[in-house]
Amino acid sequence: MGYPPDQDHNVNPSVSDWVLQACATADLQPQACEFFVGATTIPSRRDAARANLPPPMIHLSIPARQALAKLTLPVLIAASFGLMLIGKADTVVAEHARIALDDALAPIYAMLAAPLRQVHDTVADAAGFWDIRSENAQLLEQNTELRRWQSIALALDAENKRLKAELHWVPDNAPSYVTARVVADAGGVYAKAVLLSVGPHHSIRKGEIALDGHGLVGRVTEVGSRVARVLLITDLNSRIPVIMEKSGAHAILVGTNGPLPRLMYWPEGSPPQEGEQIVTSPVANMFPADLPVGTVHYTAGHVPEVVPAASLERLEVVRVFDYGMTGKPPPTPAQPAFDQAY
Amino acid sequence: MASADEQRPGVRPRRTLGRRLDIAARYAFPTTCTMLLMLLTRAPLGLSGQAVLLPAVALSSVWFWSVFRPTGMPPPAVFLIGVLYDLLGWQPIGTGVLVLLLLHGAALRARRPLATGGFLLIWLGFAAAATAAAALEWALTCLLTWRLLPPAPAIFQAVLSASIYPALAIVFARAHRSVANPERA
Repeated sequence: MGYPPDQDHNVNPSVSDWVLQACATADLQPQACEFFVGATTIPSRRDAARANLPPPMIHLSIPARQALAKLTLPVLIAASFGLMLIGKADTVVAEHARIALDDALAPIYAMLAAPLRQVHDTVADAAGFWDIRSENAQLLEQNTELRRWQSIALALDAENKRLKAELHWVPDNAPSYVTARVVADAGGVYAKAVLLSVGPHHSIRKGEIALDGHGLVGRVTEVGSRVARVLLITDLNSRIPVIMEKSGAHAILVGTNGPLPRLMYWPEGSPPQEGEQIVTSPVANMFPADLPVGTVHYTAGHVPEVVPAASLERLEVVRVFDYGMTGKPPPTPAQPAFDQAY
Repeated sequence: MASADEQRPGVRPRRTLGRRLDIAARYAFPTTCTMLLMLLTRAPLGLSGQAVLLPAVALSSVWFWSVFRPTGMPPPAVFLIGVLYDLLGWQPIGTGVLVLLLLHGAALRARRPLATGGFLLIWLGFAAAATAAAALEWALTCLLTWRLLPPAPAIFQAVLSASIYPALAIVFARAHRSVANPERA
């Protein structure tokens, strides 16, 4: 029985134990035992595996142990169907479990974010070093152009203030907001969402609106004690009422899980135009008016899509605004499709 | 089993508490390592399409350890990995569990023919199993969310899983001979 220790040992210990025990009781020669054991296991790997297996917790008879070992996989497969049913019947339990796990993990991800960003920046710096000259020239040119626009903007701002004063304009209340860091993807393979680390004493609620520096990002769908999940406008379940700026016509922005969401349901006679700005519509009281969403772009198949103003592929920091909206809450991924369309 | 051990001739080290812990840790290595890798795939790495890394890592890892060391990746551990997979991947609870358990069962069935074929056969076997797993997961998600999802992410998942398997297998094979080996305890 002096087999060399083999790294690749995978045997069924219960069967070999049983045979070896039987051989020992019957006082058979080791060679004879080997013959029997060899028939049920890989012989050269038997000893090593047996020598180090921890002793069993509960002492069961050998046939019972064998039957248990055989039954484990089918029973667990049946249990997985049970889990599916439970998950379908009670979506709240699964949602709570997910948010609890993310609450526990968010501080770790937030801690990892800083060094990872540094690595990212270093790589980007190294890559950018080569075209620094051309970039500099381009920036100088842009700077001149922006100065021109700045003077125009200042003049328009002054004019705007004067006109509002003449009209006795009542300004909108400034919405309160929370700035949060994106710590992880929370969409999985079939959804588009991000997880925000929001600190332990936050005031974020479901349905609040997330924006980055350029435009609309999405809406908050789940809130934990340290995290909030934001469903992006590109998600398959996202439906956003929008207004096309040139024509003033309403439409619905529908996510496709791809990088560019689609425009649908615009009124007859006012189709979206290429390059047109799209902003949110206050219809249904889900969004405030005029948040920038993106620009229209037609595909080769003449389908109007929207290039999001927000950089959704590289979200680092977003602001979550409380506009006091009272519309239908955003969809959760576990709900069936017919519940989600609004 | 202990009685059979005592009846066998030979000199073996005493089972002290430290040694028992060491052996237990080595048995737990495949499962622990898989779970940690799965958590790591969700760190803010800044990669586009990063969400697909989670299924790729989970499938590769369960396949490797089920083929090479099923004692370190028993069905209950696969079940737990599946639950973690479903929670982290925001997919309907139970789908990942079922997919991983079936993958584990397939690996156990195929391990004897695969063991004789070398790395290439194991890789090809995994590519086929990962494709079937991605298709099943897509079908289950469609069924449970009651809508037709685009199949492109499932194809990407199958391709990425098959592509990263060799890289993971190299690291796992080293661990399999060293830290995950109970004989070295």
